[in-house]
Amino acid sequence: MAYVAIADQEHELHDPHSFVTKYIWSQDHKVIAIQYSVTAIVMGLFGMGLSMLMRLQLAYPDTFSFITPNAYYQHVTMHGMIMVIYLLTALFLGGFGNYLIPLMCGARDMVFPFMNMLSYWMYLLSVFLLMTSYFVPGGPTGAGWTLYPPQSILPGTPGFDWGIIMMLASLAVFIIAFTMGGLNYITTVLQARCRGMTLMRMPLSVWGIFVATIVGLLAFPALFVSAVMVGLDRLVGTSFFMPAILSAGQNLDYQGGSPLLFQHLFWFFGHPEVYIVALPVFGIVSDLLSCHARKNIFGYRMMVWAIVAIAALSFVVWAHHMFVSGMNPYFGFFFATTTLIIAIPTAIKVYNWVLTLWRGNIRYTVPMLFAIGFIFTFTNGGLTGLFLGNVTVDLPLSDTYFVVAHFHMVMGVSPVLVLFGAVYHWFPKITGKMFNENLARWHFWLTLLGTYAVYLPMHYIGILGVPRRYYATLGASFIPDSVQTVNVNITIAALTVAAAQSLFFINVIWSLMKGKPAGSNPWNATTLEWQTPDTPPKHGNWGPKLPEVYRWAYDYSVPGHSQDFIPQNEPPSSHSATASEHGRH
Amino acid sequence: MQLSTLVIALLTAVLVWTLLIRRLSAKPWIQAGAIDAAHNAGPTTLPAAKIGLWIFLGVITSLFALFFTAYMMRMDPHHAAGVTWVPFDKPAFLWVNTLLLILGSLSMQWARTGESQGRINTLKTGLTASGFCIIGFLVGQIVAWNQVREAEFFALTNPAVGFFYLLTAVHGLHILGGLWVWAGATLRIWRADKVISASLTVELCTVYWHYLLLVWLILFGLLLST
Amino acid sequence: MALAVVIVLLVIATVIFHFASPWWFTPLASNWGTVDNTVNITFWVTGTVFILVNFFLAYVVIKYRYRKDNQALYEPENKKLEGWLTGITAVGVAAMLAPGLFVWAKFVDVPDDAAEVEAVGQQWSWSFRYPGKDGVFGRVDPSLFSVDNLFGMSPDDPHGQDDILVEGNEVHLPVNKPVKFLLRSKDVLHNFAVAPFRAKMDLVPGMITYLWLTPTQTGSFDILCEELCGMAHFAMRGIVTVEEENEFQTWLAGQPTFAQVAASPKADAVTGQATFAVCAACHGVNGEGNQALNAPKTAGGEGWYLKRQLHSFKHGLRGVNEKDIYGMQMAPFAATLADDAAINNLVAYIEGLPNNPVQQTVTGDIERGRNLYANCGACHGMDGKGLWSQNAPRLAGVNDWYLIRQLQNFKQGVRGGQAGDGHGKQMVLMSVMLPSEQDMNDVVAYINTL
Repeated sequence: MAYVAIADQEHELHDPHSFVTKYIWSQDHKVIAIQYSVTAIVMGLFGMGLSMLMRLQLAYPDTFSFITPNAYYQHVTMHGMIMVIYLLTALFLGGFGNYLIPLMCGARDMVFPFMNMLSYWMYLLSVFLLMTSYFVPGGPTGAGWTLYPPQSILPGTPGFDWGIIMMLASLAVFIIAFTMGGLNYITTVLQARCRGMTLMRMPLSVWGIFVATIVGLLAFPALFVSAVMVGLDRLVGTSFFMPAILSAGQNLDYQGGSPLLFQHLFWFFGHPEVYIVALPVFGIVSDLLSCHARKNIFGYRMMVWAIVAIAALSFVVWAHHMFVSGMNPYFGFFFATTTLIIAIPTAIKVYNWVLTLWRGNIRYTVPMLFAIGFIFTFTNGGLTGLFLGNVTVDLPLSDTYFVVAHFHMVMGVSPVLVLFGAVYHWFPKITGKMFNENLARWHFWLTLLGTYAVYLPMHYIGILGVPRRYYATLGASFIPDSVQTVNVNITIAALTVAAAQSLFFINVIWSLMKGKPAGSNPWNATTLEWQTPDTPPKHGNWGPKLPEVYRWAYDYSVPGHSQDFIPQNEPPSSHSATASEHGRH
Repeated sequence: MQLSTLVIALLTAVLVWTLLIRRLSAKPWIQAGAIDAAHNAGPTTLPAAKIGLWIFLGVITSLFALFFTAYMMRMDPHHAAGVTWVPFDKPAFLWVNTLLLILGSLSMQWARTGESQGRINTLKTGLTASGFCIIGFLVGQIVAWNQVREAEFFALTNPAVGFFYLLTAVHGLHILGGLWVWAGATLRIWRADKVISASLTVELCTVYWHYLLLVWLILFGLLLST
Repeated sequence: MALAVVIVLLVIATVIFHFASPWWFTPLASNWGTVDNTVNITFWVTGTVFILVNFFLAYVVIKYRYRKDNQALYEPENKKLEGWLTGITAVGVAAMLAPGLFVWAKFVDVPDDAAEVEAVGQQWSWSFRYPGKDGVFGRVDPSLFSVDNLFGMSPDDPHGQDDILVEGNEVHLPVNKPVKFLLRSKDVLHNFAVAPFRAKMDLVPGMITYLWLTPTQTGSFDILCEELCGMAHFAMRGIVTVEEENEFQTWLAGQPTFAQVAASPKADAVTGQATFAVCAACHGVNGEGNQALNAPKTAGGEGWYLKRQLHSFKHGLRGVNEKDIYGMQMAPFAATLADDAAINNLVAYIEGLPNNPVQQTVTGDIERGRNLYANCGACHGMDGKGLWSQNAPRLAGVNDWYLIRQLQNFKQGVRGGQAGDGHGKQMVLMSVMLPSEQDMNDVVAYINTL
């Protein structure tokens, strides 16, 4: 029996009727996306609060007795894990992935809606398990987000008894949730694109999320493996990672385990993880720049290839996190080379973003401001990565604030700028209302300038040699008092940035209540999600008939057309420009 | 680590080839127009659940490849840490379990053939038989576990022992997951009016059992040879 | 417009910050100047890119702002331009990578004439070992670690007899001689890092890792642990002193070998008793302490701790700060102990004194104190009975007024501020967590319950 493509099937829509099935146990990808996003943002606020506590301790070391060394390391750990996994990964894939993929592909929903719903509740369960760490004896783990054994499961590290178990359990559940979501995203992109939507007609947002999901499905198992094994070392006394150890004067029962094995497994996951966050960001920012500059993304094919190349290369660079780990030093040659090679497709993307703006017709909308802010900060953060990837340069800089500044720039600042840009960009579609311009602009400026003020000087104290993960650096003779001044300034800037985020929340709430109606396509964008019959889109997205796509996602300012954009689902008209007028080929 | 990288590279290459290489050289800004079905570069015509399963199998492959890599790295006699690895003879009972798993796969295949030829009784018998075999496998694994537990050489600090339990447990959990799906399909089929809708499920279950059998054979081989 | 201007200003400000910043590498004290050179090359390349890309960005932001009658260029790709950009980037990347790999090749290849020193890391202190005249390190057996055998040296290995054992977080090196540090950990991951040396490397329990360098400047440099190793990671400090060869040899000769440590004469409590008569005048006949005379209880104290404190008083590591009124009183008394043997005998006698409970004079919030103490317990034991392996003495059963005074002294650097007092320095760092008097009272009130 011939199988009919999903797009052409008569789709039975099971419209939810009750409040509970519409907004709580919902299988609608848009609702699930918002559930993911709200949960992730709440976690992000909590993580931001933790970072403020850390900054307070660093700026005013002799002041807060509730920030003990144990507490400090617990904040460090929980901040890191929450931000990387529970905020960034969940928000970009679970939030944006869920919302955008069906809409941008012209589908009615994800292909496995029930599993999609389940993935959110599993995510929420993982959040619950993580937060339970605060209520178990000993509190959350303070082993650093990297959770390295042996110290993560030995006395001397806070949370070594219970907190680490809760963390590992939470991560295992998150990985299951991610797998469920990931299967959805991949299968939907492969199977449920509407008629005419070829892979190369998909917007880069979808490419970024799609490839990131593939990376995630292959990389998260490494975290699962290492988490299970370190959990067993802790709970039943196996010696996977635990060598002979003298703890508190006693020789423990462990023997022969390899802490380096954990590091290999962890970073085999950990490096691709940063691209799981970065690739959706790259895709989304391409679409923001293109739409608001009224110009096609420059070098679309190269952009797609670069995303795929970065994803593939991301699996062979992991040990640049281990240059000074004591691993076989000859590995340093290999990993420094692959790491610097991965800089090339990344650099191409940066050039193409700027070249998209070049000879464009740029509107300085709020999303565009954030997108340009991204280019500036990502260039900075990406360039400092070249220092750390080069094994010799990493030697003095490893475990200093240079590393902290680098990864915050590329993981914290740039993606978060795109995050806000994306929320402002799609806010009118999701809610049907426009946001408040003034508040949004203030939000942008304070965030961009504030975060730069936080992280620029941090690089330099790192070069000096100020180590990371230090509760107090006093007593190091090579660290002058001026560093303390830098710390204070960074803290003040950080507190300002944190406070400035309230503008975002005020804006969201105010606009939800009082925002102007937005219309279905206020930005005059070409991509499919703006062409829905209803705004916000209803269940099933497209009404009785699915859209049909006739062109790629970037027909902006096409010569010979009266409008400066052509939606993807607009059929070619009889007197439209022929292929030869569409630029050189 | 080299093994995992190789597996990932292979998987990526396969994925990239089947899905993308052919299509990524298209210039999408040319040929504005409807794509007609004959030149369809659109979605493939496979059922979504099948694609989903194959992707899931890719994830599981990644998981087991990483476990096997960890196993071999921990065992490495050149690694200073590997010295405490003490190999031990795996319980002979595992051969029984292997046989059960093979029978389970065979029965499932038989059931599927029956289903595609419309022979409902074959389908039902095959399903039941495979269920018994698989459950038998799991029980047998627990027997093997107990045998190792009672043995003289048992010491959790011996990574050979630790990995034995860990790898068989992870495999066993995946079998359990498959049993859950099998149970759902079997129940539907016993309510005769649902046979058609269960066809895809039976097919996917069969693929899954065969896959887990393959993983078991590799795992068993690894355990036996080390 | 505004954004373009801001971008330009930020770039200019960044460049100015870079050149004006006083925070740069510490002055180089080793042969690894090539590391600095590689960093500089990287800065020039990346800095150029940073400026060019961002200035171009600012330019396009101004020039191509939206105008109604304007139309953006429709150019889906430009293979030639993309090809050039890829090529130039590849060249830039290679220009940075090549020197990096060359220098790394040198780092990996230890010179044959490098002397070897072993750095032993543990939670949360450093100790060091030299191979002695035979140039070979003796075997270490983890099962032999004890309060008398801190290095776990195996007495069966003849090579170990002449190994020079250095406690106290301090190591010396002769200038201009290449040295290979063999790195061993007793427990968890650590990292041996000296900023002016540029080189650092993790310590991994279960294996020996290494790094090598040639120190080129004399002076004292901080050793920092740079791999999170638990709660007191930030307090795991050491000092490496680089000096002329003859000074180094003098210092080395003054350090004990394993043979000497193993062969130290058995302490004689009877001889010690005679010495104790002098101490009893303040510390009490049974070493129970006397608050009015500011003399703490010494009975019940661990032998190794009492020895170290007497040694410190004798050698000016403790009791020299003019604010340490009572500590200064101890110095002349310690001076009456002629040598280590005298100290050992005295301590042997004190160890035999009855350990009676003390009177409690400090009040505070015990629950709060319990929470604070969770940090102290990692070294001092959750039961407050001390851990020899962590160099931490018992706190339970010690006079609470004495604990308060020591915490205050640590906080002000009055105790632990002397060069050479590595363990005291650690306490200075730990005392950062007790900002106020109330915090000290609370934690001591909790210790009183132990």
